[in-house]
Amino acid sequence: MAHAEVQQHDAHGQRHAHVEGQQHPIGIYLKIWGLLFILSGMSYAVDYFHFQGYLRWFLIIVFMLLKAGLIVAVFMHMMWERLALMYAILVPTLLLLVLLGIGALEADYTFFTRGVFFVKGLL
Amino acid sequence: MTQAMPASAVKPLPLPEGVEGIVADWSSDQRAFKNVPWGKAMMWIFLLSDTFIFSSFLISYMTVRMSATEPWPNPSEVFALTLFGKSIPLILIAIMTFVLISSSGTMAMAVKFGYEKNRKMTFILLLITAALGATFVGMQAFEWTKLILDEGIRPWGNPLGAAQFGSVFFMITGFHGTHVSIGVIFLIIVAIKVIRGDLDHQRPGFMTGRKGNYEMVEIMGLYWHFVDLVWVFIFAVFYLW
Repeated sequence: MAHAEVQQHDAHGQRHAHVEGQQHPIGIYLKIWGLLFILSGMSYAVDYFHFQGYLRWFLIIVFMLLKAGLIVAVFMHMMWERLALMYAILVPTLLLLVLLGIGALEADYTFFTRGVFFVKGLL
Repeated sequence: MTQAMPASAVKPLPLPEGVEGIVADWSSDQRAFKNVPWGKAMMWIFLLSDTFIFSSFLISYMTVRMSATEPWPNPSEVFALTLFGKSIPLILIAIMTFVLISSSGTMAMAVKFGYEKNRKMTFILLLITAALGATFVGMQAFEWTKLILDEGIRPWGNPLGAAQFGSVFFMITGFHGTHVSIGVIFLIIVAIKVIRGDLDHQRPGFMTGRKGNYEMVEIMGLYWHFVDLVWVFIFAVFYLW
């Protein structure tokens, strides 16, 4: 019991150090909030003004990744965390690119076979 | 810390057995994530697993959409609303996006005021966040109602084109909406804890013996920002594709 309390006390002491580390001026949150609004507005504009083709894809993905990056880095405080935590969370996420690639290959093949067997005149 | 100690002082403590032993072993002092309370590290790991769930959904959606031979219903038109006698494409989704981003902004500020131990501001900001979240769910319910009743979209088919549209739509937005709803409930719980002073006085919480502290607000914030993060991806790949 005494052991547990010593540990909690230690953790508490570290927490205070941590609290000071994760306090940021309110201005940065407001600026990021504003940026997210602008980026969302721009994504919406991509649809509103009917951009098509590769330009549409490029803009949608750029705005999506910028928004995601800002949320994770600032709102979720990731940019102020230690590298160990950052890598533990962000590197496994990159594995999803493999799944994305497999999904795209599989979809192409399914589309091809559907064209051959189900739809006359698709190919 | 490595000073020589009398042998009697370093005698290891007896290890607990049974279920208590499992918990003690896994929570012993081997810390990988420094400067981060364990609750926050665990929330990050939960969010990582949730990332994989949502990514599986979105990648399956991509696979299903790319392989569909019938034309995919145009989201820009499906989600248009007629306002002031004018049909505006995708406007409902745009408003939902702004509502959710605003709730993320108020949540970030609630975390800041929490660490400053400003109970009133934290409480107010948490409630605003919850209200915006509830607004989002309300608008989603409206969207679902419109799609089901007016446009006849069902999980197994719809009159607009590819049958897969319905199943993917209800699955992904339904799962996300569930996350938002759970978030709203927990935001209200945390807000009540804050205003009662439970976190200042380190009162143990509901269903746990652990002492309350303001890290809870930040951990709640992580979950809430994640919900917003998922929406960023759904908005881009489902509604704008």
